[in-house]
Amino acid sequence: MLRPDQLLLVDYLHGGFPVVDRPFAAVGAALGWSEDHVIECLRQLLASGVLTRFGPLFQIERAGGQFMLAALAVPEERFDEVTALVNALPEVAHNYRRDHPSLNMWFVLAGESAAAVADAARRIEQATGLTVFQFPKEHEYRVELRLPLIPPEGARHGA
Amino acid sequence: MALDAFDRALIAAVQGGLPLVARPYEAVGAMLGVSGEQVRERLASMLDEGLVRRIGAVPNHYRLGFTANGMSVWDVDDHQVDALAAQIAQLNGVSHCYRRTRHLPDWPYNLFAMLHGRTRDEVERQADVVAALLGPACRARDILYSTAILKKTGLRLKGTHDVQD
Repeated sequence: MLRPDQLLLVDYLHGGFPVVDRPFAAVGAALGWSEDHVIECLRQLLASGVLTRFGPLFQIERAGGQFMLAALAVPEERFDEVTALVNALPEVAHNYRRDHPSLNMWFVLAGESAAAVADAARRIEQATGLTVFQFPKEHEYRVELRLPLIPPEGARHGA
Repeated sequence: MALDAFDRALIAAVQGGLPLVARPYEAVGAMLGVSGEQVRERLASMLDEGLVRRIGAVPNHYRLGFTANGMSVWDVDDHQVDALAAQIAQLNGVSHCYRRTRHLPDWPYNLFAMLHGRTRDEVERQADVVAALLGPACRARDILYSTAILKKTGLRLKGTHDVQD
């Protein structure tokens, strides 16, 4: 279980991290914490795996890049082997195992161009011998989730 | 908008995360041979342009108790999907709502909405709300629960260049 101060920080840092010389001090000032406490708390959250990352999230499509959802039907006995092959590609940004009778591995390919993503899909097919099902985005309705971590009456900001 | 050498180096330097030091932008600038101010100016303009979606924390949903993570998929009438999906995207617990290409006959679904909850019951209830909203426009549905995070690193740019010259 997370401590209340950790939950507060995860929630507060959803977005809007200040782009100023000493941003952790600015966050601390807003929360009534010291700069060191903010940094130490973040360090622990990252080290323990509660946060997978802390920093800018890029929307590379704005610069010609592409994100592509893709899936594989992986035979159960090959799951670990295929996971290693797929994860080895730097273009694989996320990869999840999902419950489905055939398509049981779902990942996102991220590249600087549509060609780079297509190439990554080809390399996965060559390495695994499996067909990569590609699910290109035709329309985006929503892209972000803010998890309801703390009660509405708790301290929040509107990032 | 194309990335120049500085953008590429900047993205490469921070895509794994900001350094946890009192002056993180200064530290990034030091790696790139520029000032912290230059780093801040470019990140601020990337935020304005939407190239940076946000600067903040990326949580592991599982570790925060949101262990039920369902990719709900729906086969929705092509003529109605946009109007209905716009409403679904506003529901609590829904993220990453997209219209995507079908793969007939194996995959009839054209609408994807990620549902997050602390339990599968919670996700099922969210899915019921979505189903009610879609009504007869929806011909088939499924929920694919994630059972393991195999990788979660975010974007990785390759082939970045030195920008000191």
